[in-house]
Amino acid sequence: MNDPHLLTLHVNGEEHEVVVEPRRTLADVLRHDLRLTGTHVGCEHGVCGACTVLLDDAPTRACLVFAVQAEGADVRTVESLGGEHGALSDLQQAFSDHHGLQCGFCTPGFLMLAEGVLAEQPDASREDIREALSANLCRCTGYQTIVDAVCATAQARREATA
Amino acid sequence: MTATDVPGLPADADPDRPEPGGEGDHGTPAEPRFDGHRGRWVGASIPRHEDPRLLTGRGRFVDDIALTGMLHAGFVRATVAHARVTELDLSAVREVPGVVAAYDAADLALGDIVAILDRPAEEFTPTAMPVLARDKVRFVGEPVALVVARDPYAVEDGIEAARVSYDVLEAVNSSDGALAEGAPVVHDEAPDNVLLDVSMFDTPGVDEAFADAGGCVVEVETRSGRQNALPLETRGAVASWDARDDQLLVQTTTQVPHQVRTMVARCLGVPERTVRVTVPDMGGGFGQKCVVGREEIAVAAAAQRLHRPVKWIEDRREALTAGFLAREQHYRTRAAFDGDGHITALDVDIVCDMGAYSCYPFTAGIEPLMASAEMPSVYRVPAYRVRGRAITSNKAPTAPYRGVSRPQYVVAIERVMERAARALGLDPVEVRRRNVITQFPYTGVNGVTYDPGTYRESLDLAEAILRDEGWYDERDRAAAAGRHLGIGYCCFSERTGYGSEAFAKRKMTVVPGFDLSEIRMDTTGAVVVTSGTMNHGQSHETTFAQIVADRLGIDTARVKLRQGDTERIAYGWGTFASRSVTIGGSAVALASERLGELLCRIAAHLLETRPENVALDGDGGVVQLDDPDRRLSYSDIADVAYLRSHLLPKDVEPTLTATASFDVPGDGTFSNATHAVVVEADAGTGQIRILRYACVEDCGVVIHPQVVEGQCRGGIAQGIAGALFEEVTYDAQGEPSAASFIDYLVPTATEIPDISIAHLETPCAFTANGAKGAGEGGTIGAPAAVLNAVNDALRDTGVELDTTPIHPATVLDALEGRP
Repeated sequence: MNDPHLLTLHVNGEEHEVVVEPRRTLADVLRHDLRLTGTHVGCEHGVCGACTVLLDDAPTRACLVFAVQAEGADVRTVESLGGEHGALSDLQQAFSDHHGLQCGFCTPGFLMLAEGVLAEQPDASREDIREALSANLCRCTGYQTIVDAVCATAQARREATA
Repeated sequence: MTATDVPGLPADADPDRPEPGGEGDHGTPAEPRFDGHRGRWVGASIPRHEDPRLLTGRGRFVDDIALTGMLHAGFVRATVAHARVTELDLSAVREVPGVVAAYDAADLALGDIVAILDRPAEEFTPTAMPVLARDKVRFVGEPVALVVARDPYAVEDGIEAARVSYDVLEAVNSSDGALAEGAPVVHDEAPDNVLLDVSMFDTPGVDEAFADAGGCVVEVETRSGRQNALPLETRGAVASWDARDDQLLVQTTTQVPHQVRTMVARCLGVPERTVRVTVPDMGGGFGQKCVVGREEIAVAAAAQRLHRPVKWIEDRREALTAGFLAREQHYRTRAAFDGDGHITALDVDIVCDMGAYSCYPFTAGIEPLMASAEMPSVYRVPAYRVRGRAITSNKAPTAPYRGVSRPQYVVAIERVMERAARALGLDPVEVRRRNVITQFPYTGVNGVTYDPGTYRESLDLAEAILRDEGWYDERDRAAAAGRHLGIGYCCFSERTGYGSEAFAKRKMTVVPGFDLSEIRMDTTGAVVVTSGTMNHGQSHETTFAQIVADRLGIDTARVKLRQGDTERIAYGWGTFASRSVTIGGSAVALASERLGELLCRIAAHLLETRPENVALDGDGGVVQLDDPDRRLSYSDIADVAYLRSHLLPKDVEPTLTATASFDVPGDGTFSNATHAVVVEADAGTGQIRILRYACVEDCGVVIHPQVVEGQCRGGIAQGIAGALFEEVTYDAQGEPSAASFIDYLVPTATEIPDISIAHLETPCAFTANGAKGAGEGGTIGAPAAVLNAVNDALRDTGVELDTTPIHPATVLDALEGRP
């Protein structure tokens, strides 16, 4: 049952071949095999959302997905956001502007959740965004500034496409 | 430098406060305008230095560390709360594929973790916390054996193969149970289950005041549930042996690196020199990580034995059941009031359930001693009697969680104020107004001298905010419509600058207080500054850089803070008790000033003028005062200090380095705040919805408004969590109820409301930067404010709630008239 499998993962636009036990989670493969440590693990039972990544554009708990299940899917992690030489994306910049992070542990999960929400609901109201962000836990900020950052990004993106 | 984007102050900021460092202000060199506390940088919400790496996934948290040949560790943990271990067989563990080693207490033969107070035996009983349980386990989750394997999955396989047999004993699962006649004994050293029993005050006149109470006597019994500080990053450590350095490197999630080093060295029986503790990025701590964990020592011991790196990452179940918990306290409070509504005496009995073990370095006495010393709070209490006890039970041990007893004693005293208001037919804010300290410095019945604050002003402003916004009218309209709105307040202060003198009064044998800073300027004029404090989300890299930049007249981008390395920082007490900016930030300020003096001395010599004829120019150089065209940049001076030291004055040593220490004298400094809350109790579900939350706070000089507001809001969210949601309960056998986030209810974005923050600012007279500390206040004020608001919402039911968390069922019972 624990025999290793060879699989191909598509992560952040790159193809990776990894050999993993079937029980190995996507979060562990991303973090420890591919060394994409931006995705964090906070509870390993799918509640806190620190491990949220986009799996074919849908926010997904990487701790609840086995790596073998992600074969063939397009995986995006926090490392895919932003531009060259560490330039911040509009959403990342908004988090900084609004002090939407303190210790930063939950932040990658919130960023990926928010990217999913903004893509699915570009016209979301503040209350819609608050409701959607309630999927993840933050222990530092009290959430208000995270909601502020995502609302500001939604507004800016709407204005840019108007 | 490039112009920085400075977000404006929020609309609810104090309108009288001058806007510091506006847009474009940083782009051009300005005249020196550093006023001793504030300059171009301090007071501005500059972009955080921490943000770029944390936003792009490039932070380095402990589980991000991967070392060549690294092994993984996990713990076999007790499955029963109280038992003799009759058999522990690890032979099958060692046969599991991937397992490299398995150790029990006898295998590792480590010293115990012992925390001691300098108090007589009738007041304090020291107990030992073994790194691994030996013959007895005292709580569900206690580590019994250590399994080391090639990956974390094999570790779990190995843990499952362990055979442990127990002779189960009756468990102590409550403080009442601990104190009952014939209760099971948790520690043989403490046959009555009492680890600390201190009657700190019994001042003259208490009984007389109750006998003569012209107004009323109120009695309140308040209880708070056991909470988990719950940093989102669990605890963890990576230990590795370095033969060349002859040193064990322990990279760990701690708020107190030097204290971990001391305890690792003591438990392993090696010189402290052979242990180096470093701290990577940390995903929160809130006090849970300010005590030494037995797991980090066990992992260090394994790495020392195996000569290979060993990593341990706590999983969430361990964090919830076996991590350090906090807050379970019980107060019986009596207060006497005269006919004018002035409190005349306070008599309190405090019992804190500290769980199975005493934490290092603070001991199990931390909660009752804190509460006993500070209980009179912001009020003028003329006579005071208090007894504080720490009891031991078969529950996970406790650590000083954000606020440390203040959320609980503030609930007790604030419930007293509300009860007195009802008994005397007065408005609750008016009762507070009649009792709150207004003349400073004020020396209380507890012998503590309170430095100036805005207790009355914060109360008045908070009330004005709710009145101006129409919440009192709204409450009346809601009542007329059969809805249940309530308004609640909490007025409190928080001692933040605990220096060694203040901690020594608690009779600790390990006395925190001072902190150190070393600042070094390199040949390019950039500086590295160290601090013994330990950032874990509070933005020290940014705020300390602001303090340095103003004092040296350089850009914050040229300042790099180093913390969390026992080799690089001579000593430090870490981060807890809102001490970082007050004490660590003061040491950083003083070291910066000394470096400035050194730069001036060298510059005067090079400019061939008198030392008093030069000054820092506020723009990265030293200027000759009587001839401003004559100026040396810091890199000019550094060039001499390092590369052409023969040009230095004879009495100046090479390099540009300065050090400073800082300790707060006397009783320390007090931040203060008033929280005002409007809630609605839902008649259908009993759930409490927060409609409005206003915070008026005073933490002295605000280094970075956005960061202070972040600390307030985050703290309030944790206080709301304690008031309405979070609790770890234990059944009769001592089994914890909450082993996952399904049972431990952490509030999300839909439970925590938007919170307005207004700043008042009373600069501290004896910190070097005027700051008072802002880390804990939010958490302190929220439980009482929410509880008072809920009681106001239930004002027509005749029910008074004095226990947190407030359960919806309790509210429903009150609304539906069930006793």
